[in-house]
Amino acid sequence: MGAPAAQPTTGPAVLSEDGFARLLERLHNEGYEVLGPTVGDQAIVHGAVTEVDDLPRGWGDEQAPGHYRLVRRDDEAYFGFAVGPSSAKRTLFPARQPLWTAESRDDANFEIIETERPQRRFAFFGLRPCEVAAIAVQDRVLLHGVVPDEVYTANRSDVLLIAVECGAPAATCFCRSMGTGPGMESGADLILTELLDGDHRFLVRAGTRAGEELLEHLEHTEATEEDLAARREVLASAVARLERQLDTTDIHGLLMGNLDHPRWDAIAERCLACANCTLVCPTCFCTTVEDRTDLAGTWASRERRWDSCFSLEFTHTGPASVRNSTRSRYRQWLTHKLATWIDQFDTSGCVGCGRCITWCPVGIDLTEEVDVIRRTSEDKVAPWPMVPSPLQEG
Amino acid sequence: MTLGIGRPTVAVWKFASCDGCQLSLLSAEDELLAIAGEIEIAYFLEATREVKEGPYDISLVEGSITTPADAERIREVRSISTTLITIGACATAGGIQALRNFGDVETFRSLVYARPEYVDTLADSTAIAEHVPVDLELRGCPIETSQLVEVINAILAGRKPVTPTHSVCVECKLRGNLCVAVAHGTPCLGPVTQAGCNARCPAFDRGCYGCFGPAESPNSASLATWLEEEFEVDHPDLVRLFRSFNADAPAFRRESRRHEPEEVAT
Repeated sequence: MGAPAAQPTTGPAVLSEDGFARLLERLHNEGYEVLGPTVGDQAIVHGAVTEVDDLPRGWGDEQAPGHYRLVRRDDEAYFGFAVGPSSAKRTLFPARQPLWTAESRDDANFEIIETERPQRRFAFFGLRPCEVAAIAVQDRVLLHGVVPDEVYTANRSDVLLIAVECGAPAATCFCRSMGTGPGMESGADLILTELLDGDHRFLVRAGTRAGEELLEHLEHTEATEEDLAARREVLASAVARLERQLDTTDIHGLLMGNLDHPRWDAIAERCLACANCTLVCPTCFCTTVEDRTDLAGTWASRERRWDSCFSLEFTHTGPASVRNSTRSRYRQWLTHKLATWIDQFDTSGCVGCGRCITWCPVGIDLTEEVDVIRRTSEDKVAPWPMVPSPLQEG
Repeated sequence: MTLGIGRPTVAVWKFASCDGCQLSLLSAEDELLAIAGEIEIAYFLEATREVKEGPYDISLVEGSITTPADAERIREVRSISTTLITIGACATAGGIQALRNFGDVETFRSLVYARPEYVDTLADSTAIAEHVPVDLELRGCPIETSQLVEVINAILAGRKPVTPTHSVCVECKLRGNLCVAVAHGTPCLGPVTQAGCNARCPAFDRGCYGCFGPAESPNSASLATWLEEEFEVDHPDLVRLFRSFNADAPAFRRESRRHEPEEVAT
């Protein structure tokens, strides 16, 4: 996926349930570690998927600000749920990543031992369009920046993306506002749509030559006009269920022109600065490093781990914190995610997956906060100069 | 090879406490012999009767100040210690015995003891830092052995110890715990509690009890309001939630006070 992929030439196909199971088999046979949605501890989380029975068949979810429950569906859908708390980030940009160790044998000189990064093949199975979009955002930051991230680049080098369009958005989703869903036309190797009307089947479109090759090896039929209509129906019903919106019109100017809006104070009254929103966000990438030593002083290690702009220590620059208040830290997060991210990476940092809304322990909803700022500050919206990013290539 | 301060002398002191934090040092089984090799245990009555005279490079102080004599003794400890590290909820916040701070110690004394006049006690149980300057606090009830070993390691190497002050939520997310508050509806103090336990209770589907006390910027009022409105936790339970091992830590004290019945609140 790193280089522009060759375009596929075949049209939409249909996989039966059996063909769908064989797709999974084929991925395993080709040596991929297949990661997809599984029923974890009362939530749908990314896990190892070895056979179709590992998928959360018949399970759905109920999401609201600060609220998530697994619920039983009244059908046998494999993908009848919205995104859970985990994402591909946990695999491609791990929460803890050893960087190196150092050992001393003669009391004076340390030898640095780089952490080995074994070559792994990952197939992400059943990604929602918003999750594919999130990987594309992380690619821009961590793969295509001037200084590619070594860990991410290694994990991303042999990855297959099998997406499933979303027929079950949650109440916290707003993908349509961010242009990332519920359907998708490209960006994954295979794009599936689960069709539950009539025979349980999957509409499949290849997004890359790799996806096309995969499809060629599976028994499939050509999609009929009826299948394509069924897909349109799935997406239309998903769109109709999307409750939330984020108006992104001149959002950069809106937020950067309102850095002193009183709403930031109101948010800080509620915000716990606990960092949950950033840690469930599929694009947030802030880290810190932790150094360890042993008692004898002959061994040391450096590990990188997820951190957050909400943590006070993270904002220490020199002798003190540059963002001492929760107000300033929330404002930093939101303005970066929705506005200055565009300066840096030519894309919004938000894909509208709604994780930060669901997993906020006090249900803070960024779509509501932006809306309030927009409604109460129309005359204050000032164009803010967009700064071309020195980090972007090309 | 040591990069820091050579083989430092260490003293371990006990004030009003259960000894659990001192035991945490003794239960560092894998590292104990190595620790004993790198530091000189100069005063540690829980472990040995052998006492070396001060001053000491490092003093580990367990327990809170509850008597006039201890208020004096901690000053002496400070004066003979280069680095003073408080260990555990008693030393850092007054401990569970700081529940007395919310009641009337005279009443307790007259009801509990046959000869109350023998008991010389202060009205409040207070943290060590309210009496003398403290160089580093290790939170927890009890402290985490691994954090204590990390601090000793860091001192020996002359580096900053890894003892984050962010919320327990960060540890939950790092280890991949599902959020018990959002997904199970379990009241949890994790968002306002300092990390250090590696999110032990949420890993076992329990809400955080707040053993490590308030995190760096705890918004306990917002969390309590949410628990009251969305989880239907009533005021007496909110008082109990915030009033445990770290009852007298300012952020938790303010919050439990806020949910007391009007006539009792002071």
